Amino acid sequence: MAEVKSVPFRGTKAQEEELLQTIEELKDEQGCLMPIMQKAQDIYGYLPYEVQKLIAEGLDIPIEKVYGVATFYSQFNLYPKGKYQISVCLGTACYVKGSGEIFNKLQSKLGIAGGECTPDGKFSLDACRCVGACGLAPVMMVNDEVYGRLTPDMLDDILAKYK
Amino acid sequence: MYRAHVLVCGGTGCTSSGSAKIIESLHEELKKNDLTKEVAVVKTGCHGLCAEGPVMVIYPEAVFYSRVTVEDIPEIVSEHLLKGRIVKRLVYREAVSDEGIESLNDTVFYKKQTRIALRNCGVINPESIDEYIGTGGYEALGKVLTTMSPDDVIQTITDSGLRGRGGAGFPTGLKWKFASGNRGNVQKYVCCNADEGDPGAFMDRSVLEGDPHVVLEAMAIAGYAIGASQGYIYVRAEYPIAVERLKIAIGQAREYGLLGKDIFGSGFDFDIDLRLGAGAFVCGEETALMTSIEGNRGEPRPRPPFPAVKGLFGCPTILNNVETWANIPRIILNGPEWFASMGTEKSKGTKVFALGGKINNTGLVEIPMGTTLRTIVEEIGGGIPNGKKFKAAQTGGPSGGCIPAEHFDIPIDYDNLISIGSMMGSGGLIVMDEDTCMVDIAKFFLQFTVDESCGKCTPCRVGTKRMLEILEKITDGRGTVEDIDKLEELCYYIKENAQCGLGQTAPNPVLSTLRYFRDEYMEHVVNKRCPAGVCKKLVTYKIDPDMCKGCTLCARNCPVNAITGEPKVPHKIKLDQCIKCGTCIENCRFGAIYIE
Repeated sequence: MAEVKSVPFRGTKAQEEELLQTIEELKDEQGCLMPIMQKAQDIYGYLPYEVQKLIAEGLDIPIEKVYGVATFYSQFNLYPKGKYQISVCLGTACYVKGSGEIFNKLQSKLGIAGGECTPDGKFSLDACRCVGACGLAPVMMVNDEVYGRLTPDMLDDILAKYK
Repeated sequence: MYRAHVLVCGGTGCTSSGSAKIIESLHEELKKNDLTKEVAVVKTGCHGLCAEGPVMVIYPEAVFYSRVTVEDIPEIVSEHLLKGRIVKRLVYREAVSDEGIESLNDTVFYKKQTRIALRNCGVINPESIDEYIGTGGYEALGKVLTTMSPDDVIQTITDSGLRGRGGAGFPTGLKWKFASGNRGNVQKYVCCNADEGDPGAFMDRSVLEGDPHVVLEAMAIAGYAIGASQGYIYVRAEYPIAVERLKIAIGQAREYGLLGKDIFGSGFDFDIDLRLGAGAFVCGEETALMTSIEGNRGEPRPRPPFPAVKGLFGCPTILNNVETWANIPRIILNGPEWFASMGTEKSKGTKVFALGGKINNTGLVEIPMGTTLRTIVEEIGGGIPNGKKFKAAQTGGPSGGCIPAEHFDIPIDYDNLISIGSMMGSGGLIVMDEDTCMVDIAKFFLQFTVDESCGKCTPCRVGTKRMLEILEKITDGRGTVEDIDKLEELCYYIKENAQCGLGQTAPNPVLSTLRYFRDEYMEHVVNKRCPAGVCKKLVTYKIDPDMCKGCTLCARNCPVNAITGEPKVPHKIKLDQCIKCGTCIENCRFGAIYIE
């Protein structure tokens, strides 16, 4: 795995209690591991080792199993994301309309590669596969805000909103 | 009773372009004008014309307003809703003719469509079970439970000729029949595949967002037919609106006794739970999807045993795609002959396509099987923007292939598409024009497959990676003619040896572009040229001295100082320093810089 700067784990007691309660509620359901991990990511924002360990202990399963699932699915993050999560759609419809160029421009403007986070913790950049707004291609999202019909010269104005 | 209804699209496309704020502002303006008792605002699912979003339809006149902004709302309320005068400047351009304003259903985009799966999308409020019931919802479930035997149901679906809309086109009735043995004695499951992973396809999302109850009703019908009491819907977590509406719909159906114990007093029990995906394309494959619901890494399992024998949690299971489900209640109510009367000999009914890429009317369309690509692109799709030439249409996403201009008039159905080296797929249809490089597109899909390969079998995990490396070599200008042959050989090897559908179909984008655009590959390796001007390493940036005014803007913005020239004199690009970033083109106000 590539070198990724890690941030110390800062989970709170309240977060832990919420997670343990979730585990208690769901643990008797068949196939409950993924719903629990999804909830855990909602609570903590990502799934560091400490959180995976809590889940493994709560369900009495090996931590390898939790780690295996966490690394298989792209939605689970092992590292924290930026305050503003930018995802550029690289689905086919957007790609044909130039989203590859948008993604490259953002990498150079932010000075980070896809999957990374700026050192100040402000922006993280990811490529995603189709948000389903193909009518507005090319599209990117900043947290839940969708920006469509993008051209490279619009990027500075969009980023400025969050600086 | 309301005298007018304003239907505002709340699908993903329109929500992204701001429809939530429009609804808010509508409520405010109606209140200001004291119209809240006379005019109802309904948030609906997708209307299909996403490119024109946010869209709004006002009944009883059925006037279709497109690209509405919050600023337009006061005018729409005071002119149209208060004074009864249509705001002509906001009406969808295709609906405005010399004779006046046409109703929505008479525009080219809608006229050629037949909406069965999308019947309720954009028409009803998806968060209201009463509106669904008001349009005949849950009538099919009632008919099945009170007047039909489980075998009758399976026979009806078989007779209709319905085939799986997820892409492979397996006969739905047959699938149900395989899972129907030993009813009542074993645990069985009914699953819905809503893990729409094919990038550029959003049919399933629109059905879930616009008409979630149709899926619940159809799954209950299947539960009765095979003898299952539990269903699961596996839906992408990337579809928050769809997830929310499904949750609401399941809650309402339970409350009305349409899910749960003893439905319609028939003694039949059926309930449905949601499972969220977590971003893995391979989970659209049926066995991988089930492994994922079980809470594991979503790796496929070998078949046989088929899911109908040993599926979810080791029990007999049927899995159908959202669009397949959306056809079921209508088939039950209107009869199999009605459904079989549409389409071609072996592909019955309709198919929903998500039109995207270089086409004017991007959006969702539902057309009878057998419609030609020409009708879809030129008529319904409104042609290609900027007068460019059609080059190919891509169907089937990363598992499919492209249809070149020479097959423009082929009637679209499962078998015809296979015969020309593509496939129906789930329904993404991406249009490409002369500016699209076919080698680059093949590379794009291979990058996708390499990312999404689960890693379980070697042909897919290693083979697709090697294919991608060869494609990168070609687009970088380092390719040879032998590389093309090697690539082709690798394609056939992976096709034959990969374990699941994802691996077996991964070479398709390469094989089909090689079949129809081999000359483009040759151009890349022999002359080191990219005819479409896409592959960066193979193009050069040039300044047209006749167009350049010497404004110096490009030179000042060039990040590597590769542009030289005196003010008011045509500039030049130093090719050895140019990094082909495109900044100069963006900055030039005279269109003087071009790619060759």
